[in-house]
Amino acid sequence: MQISARHLDKITIFDISGDIDLATSPELRKPLLRELRELRTPRVVLNLKAVRYIDSSGVASLVEGLKASRDVGARFILFGLNTTVREVLQLSKLVRIFEICESEEQAVAT
Amino acid sequence: MSGRSLLLRMELRSNPETLCVVRGAVAQLTDRLGFSEPECRAVVLGVDEAMTNIIRHAYAGHPDRPIEVLFRRIRTSSCGKNGEALEIILEDRGKRVDRAKLCGRALEDVKPGGLGLHFIRESMDALEFRRRNGRNQLRLVKFLPIPEPPAGS
Repeated sequence: MQISARHLDKITIFDISGDIDLATSPELRKPLLRELRELRTPRVVLNLKAVRYIDSSGVASLVEGLKASRDVGARFILFGLNTTVREVLQLSKLVRIFEICESEEQAVAT
Repeated sequence: MSGRSLLLRMELRSNPETLCVVRGAVAQLTDRLGFSEPECRAVVLGVDEAMTNIIRHAYAGHPDRPIEVLFRRIRTSSCGKNGEALEIILEDRGKRVDRAKLCGRALEDVKPGGLGLHFIRESMDALEFRRRNGRNQLRLVKFLPIPEPPAGS
């Protein structure tokens, strides 16, 4: 898995690619929680377009990010969900708790 | 039950880095067996989550413990269905699995963790756990797609 960050005004966009599993999910969790808890960025956006695979460890990291965002009053938005990611989130029954946008434009504008 | 044929046998270590290798092999195998793309993804997820549970719970994160995974083509009756299936046996020598924890958790709770077993149940047609000779054995079954009859028959 690879993760990089872009900053637009008070928004941070994380571009994530590859597989999010037990081996790689800590690499996702750490920067997400730092952005929300330490840097207090008011809007954190995850670009999941290039994610090939996600398992329960990856979903758990997303849930941790969501909970951290609620704790600090920030927004936590996902976009670019492909079939694989959408299927797993639907299977988890957690898809409804996330704020999901169709595009980056929508995620930064809404 | 009769007519078991071994398709693949993997001897692995409990290192999370091996998960992507196993996923690649399972994706290829299920595709060759004629599963649809969503079914292939489901079996890949089921095996990945089962391995993840072994690494995290049976071996408490130790990366150098043995895991054996067998893939067999079988004819079986299960869940009111009868037919050919992919049987996957995952075996580890870790600590005994707490059966109470095999129930998973309520999905209404919005919290990280505890989803793995739910994913396995949803992905496979049958799941069976047993402890034998100091080993945990998890048996997963996914029925093969029923072949379409030849045209004109």
